[in-house]
Amino acid sequence: MADEAHGDEGGLVFHPLDQFIIKPLFGDGPIHWYTVTNSTLWMAIAVLCIVLLLVTGTRKRQMVPGRTQSVAELLYGFVYKMVEDVTGKEGAKYFPYILTVFLFILFANYLALLPMSFSPTSQFAVTAVLGVGVFVIVTVLGFVLNGPAFLALFWMKDAPLVLRPVIALIELISYFVRPLSHSIRLAGNIMAGHAVLKVFAGFAAIAAISPVSILAIVAIYGLEVLVAGIQAYVFTILTCVYLKDALHPSH
Amino acid sequence: MATETVAEEVEAGMPQLDFSTYPNQVFWLVVTLIVIYLVLSRIALPRIGAVLAERAGTITNDIGAAEELKAKADAAEAAYEKALVDARTEANRIVAETKAEIQAELDVELQKADAEIAARTAESEKAISEIRASAVESVSAVAKDTAAEIVRVFGGSVDQAAVDAAVEAQIKGGAA
Repeated sequence: MADEAHGDEGGLVFHPLDQFIIKPLFGDGPIHWYTVTNSTLWMAIAVLCIVLLLVTGTRKRQMVPGRTQSVAELLYGFVYKMVEDVTGKEGAKYFPYILTVFLFILFANYLALLPMSFSPTSQFAVTAVLGVGVFVIVTVLGFVLNGPAFLALFWMKDAPLVLRPVIALIELISYFVRPLSHSIRLAGNIMAGHAVLKVFAGFAAIAAISPVSILAIVAIYGLEVLVAGIQAYVFTILTCVYLKDALHPSH
Repeated sequence: MATETVAEEVEAGMPQLDFSTYPNQVFWLVVTLIVIYLVLSRIALPRIGAVLAERAGTITNDIGAAEELKAKADAAEAAYEKALVDARTEANRIVAETKAEIQAELDVELQKADAEIAARTAESEKAISEIRASAVESVSAVAKDTAAEIVRVFGGSVDQAAVDAAVEAQIKGGAA
């Protein structure tokens, strides 16, 4: 789409980032906060898929599960076990929120691998909200559950007394960098993969290189399939790890 | 298309850094997350949790029932073995009893048969001795008649009594 607009300049002018442009879905015009955009569409498709899998798929409540119900139960069990393993029994009540985040990222990542689709998780605005959301929840929970004792997270009791202020400063910085790294990691991975795919797709326009280019696209696509799942997993398990800090601040 | 207008705005850098779209993305993301959260926490998770719990309960129950059935099967096997042993001893007992009965009957029959044989033997011996006695009598009668006849033929007077006595004496002497 966007490539065709620029493709008349000789075939080697790529605009690999054009795929990340947010466009209104209906008509032109400025993007207001309520405007339905391509990003909105793919978020909605993600919601639809989640509903189809977890609600429609489990409608029959079979004792011996069918295919979709098995997948839904597998996802449930996988994330539940992750939450329980990392945060302990007390973390189980935050399981719905963590599963929400996990499923959204997972489906957004995989749907983004469909040709002509849009990847909301490649947008810093989206991942920043997810990352900051986790940060705010963890910080608020930490203070609500532990009171000022939450600050013990930064005060290493095992370290020598002289080093403790230094470590506290480092810990404090790392704590505030968390939402940034948390969100940039996800958006960066997805964006980079899709941009690379687009670049190779641009090379495919040249007949001599196109076989190599197409092979490369296949390889990168395979890699992206892995990355899509792994990044959803990484984001979720880091959320669990941060949540554990809020539940048990004294390491 | 909208591509041109938007593309010009972000020509310089990454579209992700076009802050004019941020409120829109944040709004729709929050809507999306809330919808997913509600769907999960209201419908999907209780349902899946219930199904998993029910399945775990069923499996536990089934295992319990299986253990119970196994115990029952073991008991049945033991009872069967016991019945088998009982039957075997009973059979042995019956065999021994029957054997004893048959033996007793046989003994009785044998005694009866022996007695009968003895009776028959005695009867036969009696008959034989009778026959022998009668034979001896006949022989002596024939001998007396013959002797008397011989005496008559040689012209002597026949004194029957003397002939008889002589014959008697001869037979006894011969027998001795």
